[in-house]
Amino acid sequence: MSGKSRVARQALPGSVEEFMACAYAMEVEAAERYAELADQMDTHHNREVAGLFAKLARIEGKHRDQILARMGWEHGPDAAVFRWETPEGPETTDYGELHYLMQPYHALRLAEHNERRAAEFFERFAAAPVPEDVRAAAREMAEEEREHVRLIQEWLARVPPPEPGWDEDMDPPAVAD
Amino acid sequence: MNETAVALAPAGYKSEVKPVWCPGCGDFGVVNALSKAFAKLALRPEDIAVVSGIGCSSRIPAYMSSYGFHGVHGRALAAGTGLKIARPDLTVVVTGGDGDGYSIGGNHFLHACRRNVDMTYVVMDNRVYGMTKGQPSPTTEPDWDSKLSPDGTGLREFQPMVIALASGANFVARGFTGDPNGLAEILVEAMRHPGFSFVEVLSPCVTFRPEQKEWKKLVQEDAFTPTADAKEAAGRLMHDTGFDLGVLYAGGRAPYAPRGPRAERPVEELERRFVL
Amino acid sequence: MTTANEHPVVPPGLDSVSVVLAGSGGAGVMTAGNMLLEAAAHAGYYALMTRSSGPQIRGGEAAALIRIATRPVECMEDRFHVLAAVDWENVQRFDAEIPLGPSSLVLGDPDQGEPPAAFLRSGPRRAALPLKRIARSIPDARPNMVLLGALASLVGLPEASVGHAVGKSLGKRPASLGPSLAAVAAGRAAAADIQARHGLAPPPARAGARWLVTGNEAAGYGAIKGGVRFVAAYPITPATELLEWMAPALAEVGGTLVQAEDELASINMTIGGSYGGVPALTATSGPGLSLMIEALGLAVAAEVPLVVVDVMRVGPSTGIPTKSEQGDLNIAVHGLHGDAPHLVLAPNSVADCLRTTQWAVQLAEALQAPAIVLSDQFLGQARSVVDRPADTPALAGRDVAATAVPGYRRYALTDSGVSPMAIPGSAGNAYTADGLEHNERGNPSSQATDHVAQLDKRLRKLESFDYGDAWADLEGDATADAVVVTFGSCTGPVREALERAKADGLRARLVSLRLLSPLPASRLEAALAGAQRILVVEQNHSGQLHRHLRAECDLPGHVTSLRRAGALQFQPGEIHRHLIDWSRA
Ligand SMILES: Cc1ncc(C[n+]2csc(CCOP(=O)(O)OP(=O)(O)O)c2C)c(N)n1
Ligand code: SF4
Repeated sequence: MSGKSRVARQALPGSVEEFMACAYAMEVEAAERYAELADQMDTHHNREVAGLFAKLARIEGKHRDQILARMGWEHGPDAAVFRWETPEGPETTDYGELHYLMQPYHALRLAEHNERRAAEFFERFAAAPVPEDVRAAAREMAEEEREHVRLIQEWLARVPPPEPGWDEDMDPPAVAD
Repeated sequence: MNETAVALAPAGYKSEVKPVWCPGCGDFGVVNALSKAFAKLALRPEDIAVVSGIGCSSRIPAYMSSYGFHGVHGRALAAGTGLKIARPDLTVVVTGGDGDGYSIGGNHFLHACRRNVDMTYVVMDNRVYGMTKGQPSPTTEPDWDSKLSPDGTGLREFQPMVIALASGANFVARGFTGDPNGLAEILVEAMRHPGFSFVEVLSPCVTFRPEQKEWKKLVQEDAFTPTADAKEAAGRLMHDTGFDLGVLYAGGRAPYAPRGPRAERPVEELERRFVL
Repeated sequence: MTTANEHPVVPPGLDSVSVVLAGSGGAGVMTAGNMLLEAAAHAGYYALMTRSSGPQIRGGEAAALIRIATRPVECMEDRFHVLAAVDWENVQRFDAEIPLGPSSLVLGDPDQGEPPAAFLRSGPRRAALPLKRIARSIPDARPNMVLLGALASLVGLPEASVGHAVGKSLGKRPASLGPSLAAVAAGRAAAADIQARHGLAPPPARAGARWLVTGNEAAGYGAIKGGVRFVAAYPITPATELLEWMAPALAEVGGTLVQAEDELASINMTIGGSYGGVPALTATSGPGLSLMIEALGLAVAAEVPLVVVDVMRVGPSTGIPTKSEQGDLNIAVHGLHGDAPHLVLAPNSVADCLRTTQWAVQLAEALQAPAIVLSDQFLGQARSVVDRPADTPALAGRDVAATAVPGYRRYALTDSGVSPMAIPGSAGNAYTADGLEHNERGNPSSQATDHVAQLDKRLRKLESFDYGDAWADLEGDATADAVVVTFGSCTGPVREALERAKADGLRARLVSLRLLSPLPASRLEAALAGAQRILVVEQNHSGQLHRHLRAECDLPGHVTSLRRAGALQFQPGEIHRHLIDWSRA
């Protein structure tokens, strides 16, 4: 387990089923994380970004459901400890990227980064020695993710970039047990 | 170990209580990894007790759907030890921070390692006292400047893994909150391994140590090759970067068990010792 | 010679005789003292033994102080009848503990020099026996056994009982049995010529079972009877024997004892075990109790039942580890930060260590609160022959949430203040026990309303509970104007003083408090109703009980504090004198 290298963890999919299981796990992880980040932002009264993360969670949830429908699965495969090449799934936001004063711009940049990584992830499969039907599915997914990147970029264009000093807090942190 | 057929998704191990942690705090990754590990082991939440001391990281029990115990600063290992010895059927996970575990609770850390009670100790090391707003902890770099210790403490960092190994911990590993899946795998192994399992978790504090955001570039996945040979593990630690991840040591010491003959005789029989 | 002195010559015989065996460590005076105690028990007497020793780890001076009587005894007398020493090396250090009088006998080996002047001030009678030379005349015999034989003869203990005691003690070393018995016989013979005898009256008819037990052992047994099955502790004088007794005893009844790395660990382990549903206890003394205080507050806030037995020694700091004092009352009652209601109890005799500790466990479990039991070095280490303590009724145990409760609230605001406690392993009721202030569900809360509600709840459960009659021992004439209020090991001498006063025709009442906190003020005020004079007796320097009573209730009449710091126990005579003075006033 821990002794093995990351690359070995992720065998190339031998069938469309296997490939879609991987895509499904990616969407599940991404959706759950966005929902969790929405909660965090909510707790810290950053309603705007909380709403944005919640929306992203819904979008990823929809993708997850689309995969289920496409494959005719009732439940998806176990996504709990899916082994990624990267520390987490290619569409999952790193906990460490958050700031409680972050603005929609930052959140969308994170989403853009995620969608781009997802597209690249699928493109790598499409270029790898996999069966033709897998390659076709990978191309299709990659195309979708590219489309998401474009949508988010359009969205970003409508959002003002943050002023310098956006993360300055007039008040000291208020923790103390 | 209470592995059962009742499968719960990781989310089933999280409670409804919303963490008070700063967004970006590494400790979120531990909740994530712990719930994945519990799910992987198919534990029943009521058979798990998450025990902690005081600190940001020590708030974790309330965020899990298992039983929890949030005690006093530095004494989590003692509370967990008492619980596990009194209730060997439970899966006990002790959690906390580097200040809680290595400073005020340092003595308990040594003795928990040597006592080797079958439980898992997860230390969220952020090299700072988060909860009290940024004082140096035993693992803080000597020159880290702070209000309470201007220009740094000048003290050498405490070496948790060296101490754990030297004190007799039966399982020693390091994980990173930026990789909750990898951490979950380590936690699964730690909980499965008999005896006292120590997992040092690099868990950045975005508020008082924002520079720790860089940790994700420094960590070395699977840098350790697990060994059951303590000497080999000790040798490996001599060239540890502090960011080497994985299981360092999985030893074969028998876990703590009460010694001597035991029985379940009626209490009144004890009176014989007094009767003239 | 021997037969002539088999029966005591002082008719009708004393109903209580006190003797001291002293000498350098290694001379075996403790062993001989234990044998004398066993012999007295075997002969059908009640008895009490305490021990004193010098600061040396080995080989220092030592003394066994033994009182043998025809009725149960709970303290030492005002005077010792016999001081017998194998040698006099530094034995004068025990001067203050061994009061003598003109009728006392000081017995020594002339080859070991003169008795220290301190022991001769009161003009006691003296006798000499060449213990060492006698011992040397018997192969493998020792002077302490010669002295045992002589003392047994002087107080009139039958030879068979001494033989039984020696046999019991040396059972594991049969080779020394013969020489020892020969030495005892030689001592008995040698003592025949001594005129100053203090023979005991015949023993009472044996009514029921008797025990030979220390307070520490009795407390340990009481704990187990109360349900304790988990103990975590760190050794400390004079609590160590309690723990050493419990370790194997617990193993026999399916329990466990862990030696912790310090008291911070032991109290927190105890809390952990009890949180897991297993009634738990730790034992310590003042320095350890000081370290446990923070965690006791946790047990109050998280509502985790547990018992701490504090076998009090002289403080502050390391103080005098081997001596008794009742100086921990303040820290036990008031030491916790915040408003932290909990239980403080005190056993008032060696035998009562059983009942009070058992009750403490029952109360802690029923009220989900920590209980501190204030025993002390005297009670804990005194070895005593007692009537088997009566069984006490069981209380309803811990209120456990056994089945899943939808929306379970661990800290629900109930009328009684006690809320059902879920035990890990029980499905559907998982909660986090917390020392942070919390709401009913146990979630951390910094709301004043939650804080006050939980404070009220935790106080309510202790204050609304019916403690029954066990809160104090009320004795004597309930209509008397004079009342002595005391607690713990002072009760023994007070009881005896009241008996003497009664014999003098004086009327007085005794209130010996078993429940010190929460102090049942209304019951106490009822018990004190009509009192003209109240004497508050306690063994500490500042009158901690007196202040506690003053703070908690209205004391009628004229109140006097009789207090003395530790190391020297009260004697019945000191208290008796107060009662006499009152009657004359
Ligand atoms: C006896 C006691 N001393 C001091 C404190 C204050 N205190 C609370 S948390 C803490 C340090 C926490 O640091 P760490 O364990 O590293 O946890 P983190 O907050 O960084 O997760 C301190 C000193 C306390 N609660 N109790
Ligand atoms: S202060 Fe640091 S350790 Fe505490 S919650 Fe915030 S980021 Fe985490």
